[in-house]
Amino acid sequence: MSKRLIQNLAKIISKQVDRFNQTEVECLIREFYAILGQTTSTGKSSLDERKFRSILTNEFGLTNNTIMERVFRTFDKDNDNFVSSKEWVEGLCVFLRGTLDEKIKYCFHVYDLSGDDYIAREEILLMVRNCLRLHGEEDPYDSIKDLVEITLKRMDHDNDDRLSFEDYKKSVKELNIVLEAFGTCLPNATSINHNFSTLAFQTYLFDVFCCQEVWRS
Amino acid sequence: MGTLLTKVAKWSSEDKLDSTALNSLLLKDIMLFVEDFSALHPHEAEILFEEPLQWNSTLVASDFEADYDINESGEVESQEKDENGCPTLELSPPNISVRNFNQLSNLMNMENDKRLQEVQACIEGKCFDHLVGFESHLHLKSFNQQHGISNHGLILAFRLNPAFVDQEVEYLQGFCGSGENRVLKSVQYTSDYEYPNGCRAPLWRQIEGEMCYLVIEPYDTETLYITCSSAGVFLNLGVKDEGDDGAYKQASEVFKNVVTLLKNKSQLFAENLTSQETKCHIFLFPPPFFFFRKSQLQPGEVFSETSSESDQSYEEEEQPARRQRNTDYPSEYWQIQKLVKYLRAGDQTATLLTLYALMDYDLTHETYHLAMQDSGGLKVLTNILHLDEVNLQLGSLQILRDISHNAQTRRAIVDNGGLRSIVNVLDSRNKDVKALAAETIANLTSFRRARRTVRKYNGISKLAKLLDCAPDLANVDAKQEKDVEVARFGVLALWSCSRSPKNKEAIHKAGGVPLLGRLLKSPQMNMLIPVVGILQNCADEESCKDAIQTEGMIKDLVQNLSNDNDELRIHCANVIFKCAENKRTRTLVNENKGLQALVSLLGKTDNKKLMAAATGAIWKCSLSPENLDVFQEHKVLETLIGLLTNQPEEVLVNVVGALAEFAQKPANKITIRKCGGLKPLVHLLVGRNEPLLVNVTRVVEACATDLDNMAIIQELDAIRWVWSLLKNPNPEVQSSAAWALCPCIENAKEAGEMVSTLMGAMELVIDLLKSTNDDVLASMCAVIAKIAKDKYNLAVLTDYEVVSLLAKLTDKPGDLLRCHLAQAIAQCCTWRNNRAAFGEAGVVPHLALYLKSSDMKVRHSTVMALHQLSKESNNCVIMHSEGVVKPLIHFMGSDDEKVRNAAADCVRNIRLLFPGQSRAKKSTPCM
Repeated sequence: MSKRLIQNLAKIISKQVDRFNQTEVECLIREFYAILGQTTSTGKSSLDERKFRSILTNEFGLTNNTIMERVFRTFDKDNDNFVSSKEWVEGLCVFLRGTLDEKIKYCFHVYDLSGDDYIAREEILLMVRNCLRLHGEEDPYDSIKDLVEITLKRMDHDNDDRLSFEDYKKSVKELNIVLEAFGTCLPNATSINHNFSTLAFQTYLFDVFCCQEVWRS
Repeated sequence: MGTLLTKVAKWSSEDKLDSTALNSLLLKDIMLFVEDFSALHPHEAEILFEEPLQWNSTLVASDFEADYDINESGEVESQEKDENGCPTLELSPPNISVRNFNQLSNLMNMENDKRLQEVQACIEGKCFDHLVGFESHLHLKSFNQQHGISNHGLILAFRLNPAFVDQEVEYLQGFCGSGENRVLKSVQYTSDYEYPNGCRAPLWRQIEGEMCYLVIEPYDTETLYITCSSAGVFLNLGVKDEGDDGAYKQASEVFKNVVTLLKNKSQLFAENLTSQETKCHIFLFPPPFFFFRKSQLQPGEVFSETSSESDQSYEEEEQPARRQRNTDYPSEYWQIQKLVKYLRAGDQTATLLTLYALMDYDLTHETYHLAMQDSGGLKVLTNILHLDEVNLQLGSLQILRDISHNAQTRRAIVDNGGLRSIVNVLDSRNKDVKALAAETIANLTSFRRARRTVRKYNGISKLAKLLDCAPDLANVDAKQEKDVEVARFGVLALWSCSRSPKNKEAIHKAGGVPLLGRLLKSPQMNMLIPVVGILQNCADEESCKDAIQTEGMIKDLVQNLSNDNDELRIHCANVIFKCAENKRTRTLVNENKGLQALVSLLGKTDNKKLMAAATGAIWKCSLSPENLDVFQEHKVLETLIGLLTNQPEEVLVNVVGALAEFAQKPANKITIRKCGGLKPLVHLLVGRNEPLLVNVTRVVEACATDLDNMAIIQELDAIRWVWSLLKNPNPEVQSSAAWALCPCIENAKEAGEMVSTLMGAMELVIDLLKSTNDDVLASMCAVIAKIAKDKYNLAVLTDYEVVSLLAKLTDKPGDLLRCHLAQAIAQCCTWRNNRAAFGEAGVVPHLALYLKSSDMKVRHSTVMALHQLSKESNNCVIMHSEGVVKPLIHFMGSDDEKVRNAAADCVRNIRLLFPGQSRAKKSTPCM
């Protein structure tokens, strides 16, 4: 992809995205095509799920398969099974610089596996199924169920035995740390691979992550 | 009980303890008990032992910090004194002597590895008999006092605990095997799983007080199934691995331990044992203590420290509370233990969810703390801080912050090394983590060892770094607001830490004082109060005082004196109180109109703390004469005299201190008299508050130089009161009383007669000539110089061998002492016999050295003394050989007429003795 094309694309996208400036958008797009170029020669201009997930693992330290699949679905807004350059920049916008409200929306969307606007008990169990490793022969499944039950009981404010968006939002507002309650789905400040972006953007990212968390706000 | 201890512990020889697990357990128990004693029983802790505990200590002077006086040779004395003024702790390495529990607790609270060693040394010193005897006595006594229960309500009983069963099993396993001398086939626990509390019984059986089950196969009888419970051991119906419920039933009487049970059940064992009796009796007595007959072992308490157990034994209120906890809230207790298990085994997500669940409990409830301590949850929580996961750190810190309001939990966190982890996350990049960590530290550092730990792991400088927030606190933008919030928690933590002297130093070294100066401009009250609080604590350090002044903080402090918040005003006034000994600081206070602000605080008579701080600041500020003038304009003296009545002692000390400064001006002495201040002052002479007595005597000293005042003082019989203060054990009181006596004796009517009528007055003075305190000695010499003006009194003094006592002091250093000593000698020499006696005692060579002193007063009074001594011809010979003539000739040119005459007369006396020689030596340079 020529430099000029990237610049033009960046110009168009940066008008729609207010959290990155044009240079940054340019960096992100260049990165997008760099990843694309390494692995494909078919001339497609979109990332498929496999490649996208490898980025999530390598650059952002996400490991949970269930969650990563959902992150891909969340990025892929038009449901065509590919992430386009525009979807890429828009997705990263929340990923890297989202406000608390945007992140709540994003996380809820990730955790709502079935897409029915509710997080059900079974969905939680699926996401956290490997979270305990007890000593000895004890079966961790009962313990995990117990833990999920406690969490669900505490977050379910309207007592309908499942988490609506409002339930989830209220809980996170009360205590910010439960934003990623059912599995990491946002990048962690320390898990950023320093090869991720160009050096110019790198300094930017650093700043962003330093003041990322909004605690007790 | 002391003898019991000697039996229970395993002694390798007469005075050495073996290093067995049992012994170290005992030592640890004792250590923990003593450690908490003074906090739990402050009153009992002050009671003196009949005899001091003495042992060979490995402690050195540097292990002691505040509340101890350390001299150059490495000897340490506690500042806490008994009624007779003897320190309650004395250390002259390697011997240490301790006289109450308070000091023992202090020793055990030192954060170093020597604590166990000290306990061991103490026990090996064979002095524990007293201590433990005292302890049990104390328990009984206070228990009975509190609850009016006679001894019948108590039984002295043994309660087993898992550790002792363990020991016993280990011991019995030594009998096992198939050899000829073996008596048992095997000794086994039914379960290998050990709960954190040391028990092996299932939880539902633990509630019954059962700890574990044993299966013992003797050679001569059938297999024995044994239940070990807190009340004792008995046979059951065959608990094997997971027996049915019926098997737990008791099937025999209760024995006090397994060995006794075996002796009863197995003939072979009993026979064999008698030959080894001496070796095994040590296991038969776990530490005994008192408890209610009905009391049962409760889960979660089996392993609790001896200290808390013995507490429970005589604090009745605790007893039902504890029992209730296990019947009414068992589910919560077990739920928390379960959650802690998840915390251990979970990945990031599970940990987060578990923390979330743990936060949902009532963090202030006793059950929570108990469960957390018992399950090792505190350790897990602090370990989470090592993970580089902000969310988890935040969750863990939030719990730690809230539970650190509980005293026992605080100690548990610090003992587990958790404080170190918390100090470490102060370096986090996340501001919320930093703020929460600082807040937690502020809670934790309520006791000394915690504060020391913070310092040890460099926490003070890390906290000081947090203070570096916005450059201009008066105008903070939204971005800086967060930093200011973090700084505020840093300040809170430092405030708490700054109670330890070494931390004050560390704060200063970390550059904290200038940063505090910046924060002092903050408009927020919740920031200002702790900031000034730290300054108040730090102002004990000389270097900090200077920094407070040079950083320009005086201005802000003075401004805050006019704030509406009384607490802030108290702290500000206290800082000024502590710093105003510096002349420049006093001037600055005046320049910033601080004196007026202080004066206006005098109206707040209802707030005693504020009064104490304000009067203290006025006292120190009045050290400058120009400040005195300002105070004069506001009629402060009159107000202060009005405060002499109806104020608590901490205010009075400062008021009287200020009066002492005011009274340095002659006009003020008259004011004090006219306002009727002398009478209340004299009444204060009967008190027991030592700093107050020092100040009162200083006022008396100043006032007694005015003859009209003196008449009143004499009328009020104040001299008798002042004189009786010489009996006070505090050397400062002694010397300041003595200084007050000097003008009194000088200006009193018929002083000589008055002194001689005071019973035992002169004996007191003579006795104090043997004091070790140089100030006391100097003041006593001054008093003697005044008393000896009366011929009759001088005769009495001479009878008390004043001459030899004074002569002994002549080789002591110190200009003040030498000056007054020379005066006293001069005065005593008006008696002819004394002159000769002084000469024989060898004072002349010393006095000759005094002539070379750099202090003019010393030289002058020495000339006067030499003049008196030269009236005795033998002395003249010595003087001549000591070469005093040449310097004396210099003094003949002195400005002071008396000195001039005395020097001339002295030289004349010497010359008269050597008429021939002086002629012969006219040509030699020696004269």
